Amino acid sequence: MKSIAELEEIRKKTLEQIGLRKSSGKGKRIVVGMATCGIAAGARPVMNAFLEELKKRNIHDVQVTLTGCIGVCRLEPIVEVYNEDGSKVTYVKMTPQKAARVVAEHIVNGRVCSDYTITAAEKE
Amino acid sequence: MRDLSLHLLDIIQNSLAAEADKISIGITANRAKNRLSLLVLDNGKGMREKVVRQAVDPFFTTRKTRQVGLGLPLLNMNSRQAGGRLLIKSVTGRGTLVAAVFQIEHPDRPPLGDIGETITASILAGPETDYKIVLKNKNNKMRISTEEIKWQLGEVPITSFEVLTWLRGYLNDCVTAIFGGVLNEIDCRAGGNTEENT
Repeated sequence: MKSIAELEEIRKKTLEQIGLRKSSGKGKRIVVGMATCGIAAGARPVMNAFLEELKKRNIHDVQVTLTGCIGVCRLEPIVEVYNEDGSKVTYVKMTPQKAARVVAEHIVNGRVCSDYTITAAEKE
Repeated sequence: MRDLSLHLLDIIQNSLAAEADKISIGITANRAKNRLSLLVLDNGKGMREKVVRQAVDPFFTTRKTRQVGLGLPLLNMNSRQAGGRLLIKSVTGRGTLVAAVFQIEHPDRPPLGDIGETITASILAGPETDYKIVLKNKNNKMRISTEEIKWQLGEVPITSFEVLTWLRGYLNDCVTAIFGGVLNEIDCRAGGNTEENT
């Protein structure tokens, strides 16, 4: 079983990485819709996939936050990615697998996964 | 909602929308009484009596964007279907208590689900809010407080990915220790559960 004592290790490790992060400036922001509609559609595992993937890749300058209903419940789970310049990409019908790809392509390499966007979904 | 932890997250979102900065979450299982209860107590702005009565009506909502509000009605339905009930008490300006009771053995009781993930999601939704989680069976109790964790972390934010993924695992270990063998869906790990032994 995990113990609360492990927290001290994590604190030290994270503190070192925070020191490195300061130079990299303002990063992207990932916003997951987590109202009743999002939760029922599976937004929580999507959020968790983002956390796991960002942790795995040692990315620290990205912020993950939650919000309420974004307004298009039928396309949940919805995730908005805000770029450094303030522009926004809306991903719809997300899954943990898609989240991993968004991290790899959009967050790391800056290439939008255009097949997951709301524009692509509305064309169908 | 597939499981109780998702309902819990949904109810906690209500508390955050009510501007609560302290939220207590209680999960209590008593196998002898065949009773599982989920409890969320917040210090948010509360609801007037009339609003409390309407809260379980799916066609009632206080938001302006849409005419439905399904969170509490779905939880009400699920607890009733599992031989339990939903209780809401609220005082304006003081806070709200939501308690959902289920029969542990009822075939329609949803499983408990990933409580750890619900708490990490709640922390991301309201990082400034303090969460107190109490897990209880007939003989044992575990308490987790994010206020204490924040204190221990010092300048490291509780929202950092390492902390959150660890916290999820830690909370789920606590859930297994308290509810393993007590709730049918959670296996009893060696040394984890003591309700059956005593």
